Amino acid sequence: MYRYDEFDARFVNERVAQFRRQVKRRLAGELTEDQFRPLRLMNGLYLQLHAYMLRINVPYGTLSSKQMRKFAYLARNYDKNFGHFTTRQNLQFNWIKLEQVPDILQHLADVEVTGIQSSGNCVRNITADQYAGRAKDELEDPRVYCELLRQYSFLHPEFSYLPRKFKIAVTGSPNDRAAVAVHDIGLRMHKNEQGRVGFEVLVGGGLGRTPYIGQTIRKWLAPEHLLSYVESILRIYNMQGRRDNIHKARIKIIVNQMGIDKYRELVDEDWEFTKNGVLKVPDDEVARINTYFAPPQYESLADQTEMLAKIRSGDRAFDRWVRGNVIEHKVPGYAIVNISLKAPGKVPGDITADKMDAVADLADRHSMGEIRVTHRQNLVLVDVKQSELYELWHKLVALELATPNLGLLTDIICCPGLDFCALANARSIPIAQDISHAFTDLDELQKIGQFTINISGCMNACGHHHVGHIGILGVDKRGEEFFQLTLGGSSDQNASLGDRLGPGLPQADVPAAIRKIVDTYLVIRQPNERFLDTYRRVGIEPFKTAVYGAESQAA
Amino acid sequence: MALVRNGELVTSSFVDAGGAEAIPPAGPVIVSLDQWKAHRDELLKRGTPLGIRLHSDQPPELVAADLPHFDVVALEFPKFRDGRAYSYARLLRERYGFKGELRAVGEVLLEQLFFMLRTGFDTFDIQSADPLNDYRTALADFSVWYQPTADGRPTAMQLRRKH
Repeated sequence: MYRYDEFDARFVNERVAQFRRQVKRRLAGELTEDQFRPLRLMNGLYLQLHAYMLRINVPYGTLSSKQMRKFAYLARNYDKNFGHFTTRQNLQFNWIKLEQVPDILQHLADVEVTGIQSSGNCVRNITADQYAGRAKDELEDPRVYCELLRQYSFLHPEFSYLPRKFKIAVTGSPNDRAAVAVHDIGLRMHKNEQGRVGFEVLVGGGLGRTPYIGQTIRKWLAPEHLLSYVESILRIYNMQGRRDNIHKARIKIIVNQMGIDKYRELVDEDWEFTKNGVLKVPDDEVARINTYFAPPQYESLADQTEMLAKIRSGDRAFDRWVRGNVIEHKVPGYAIVNISLKAPGKVPGDITADKMDAVADLADRHSMGEIRVTHRQNLVLVDVKQSELYELWHKLVALELATPNLGLLTDIICCPGLDFCALANARSIPIAQDISHAFTDLDELQKIGQFTINISGCMNACGHHHVGHIGILGVDKRGEEFFQLTLGGSSDQNASLGDRLGPGLPQADVPAAIRKIVDTYLVIRQPNERFLDTYRRVGIEPFKTAVYGAESQAA
Repeated sequence: MALVRNGELVTSSFVDAGGAEAIPPAGPVIVSLDQWKAHRDELLKRGTPLGIRLHSDQPPELVAADLPHFDVVALEFPKFRDGRAYSYARLLRERYGFKGELRAVGEVLLEQLFFMLRTGFDTFDIQSADPLNDYRTALADFSVWYQPTADGRPTAMQLRRKH
């Protein structure tokens, strides 16, 4: 993985010292809260309902065991022994004291981690496919370009006070696991007619109160032009994005107001001046960064299919876990292992300090020290020998980290909601817990098949409810919490926004409603048809009837 | 008016007439875009140094052809969170080749000075009791920069490649 050189290290240490000064000025009253807010946000520090929350970047979802141990240390010493992984592959601590933040950031800088621009109206942490560099279906490792963009965006003098936040995601695979279509900029690697790998550039995707699927602004962009082209997109946005209304300030609003063709024209006009200038990415810099992402020294092994089949036939629980959570690796004899943070009744994405340490140990023992964070709030060990899978599984079972529900109905995305968040209208975590309690039968979950439920506690949509096969949105109706269901959303290469099923339901009715939707699906699905595909085939009506009754049709 | 220009406290010889009904009859003056449009010919005839002050919704494109007439372009930050002038500054320096004084006015505060410096501003109307100290504090924060911008500071990438 990427390692800081002298420049990166100096920069990050200077940034910590700067924030130490800014905190001092705030505590001395030299900065008003209004002046301090963007400064702390651009270091990842939010003021939540009960305390400060610190959001820490996991650049493109790649972590070392050493960094994970540092998270455990911080959770123990500065928080309440746990952390929360988010849909942007970040880690959040919920119970932080302002005076301690400079020290925490220094601890993080020591292991090459930062909170820089994990919040604020600037370019946020660049996210990527969690299987980058290991997936069989990948064209190229996208992380080299994520790293270029990370450096380019850190404290960008022109773009640190954008109209609103700005999120970029990159996928190197045609099977989009990074949800690029719901980002301000989505980058999709693919080959042009000459067979050269470049980027399809999407712009203006995003969720929140006005959700949009990103539109293609450029079909193919040569990699050396990545920074200059992104800069032109950002410049037009910085100058023309709306600043009069925070709810209309994202790039998606102007892209859709002026139309993608007009936006493209403005970008191209600006880009003409810069595309062959100083931002052109030199080959040797790409090569320099690429060496950091070079695959580890794999042993020359054969696939262990037969051996595994034998164990699986004698151990149903292991079989279920392999089928659910283990993914094909591009190198023979190895496997990608997903660690579900969605055990029944647990808070999606939460992990205790002890388990962080345990995962770090397992990464060292079984995965060459590398850990990934997924946007669905799970963890991944990317380089596991197939011959060690059974041993690893036993260890994960002992840690309660072997729930075999990856991609299944209880692999729920959930924002922190009203239990923590100052913006939320409703508690999202109890809904996730209720659903996971209602669907504990592993055979049934596997029978239901691929299914995503995404839960947000308010319309800001941190839980990506618009793109869940079932989305659940918490709303406040005269002081009471209700939950609105949407069906048919997806964030993959065929992204779509969910359709509203009907009036909001009280919390107690949500699990039963999910049950009715699932039962309806099981009756009408065709062989091997995912819920999403059934929904796309039959539409919303059968599900509406199932949840609200036949009389709802008249209404 | 005390300004910080290139690290020194200076007094501007320009009167900022922006928004006033009448433009002072003589001496160096900074006018608003509206004033410039209304009185362009008279202003050119008076033979004094001229400056223009642009609001954050007035991109420099609007005066690109007239830039040779201006010794000063003052870009306004109505709120420190309004970042449009950062783009305008870069365009003035890097695209339109403006070599005169580029002045940051409005809510100009210590914690944003560095971004202003890097995008091409050289003069700052800092809202503070001790503007020079603020300027020096802001300047001391960083010794590494990742983006090539108008101030010409070498970036981390450029320094790496020299090694």
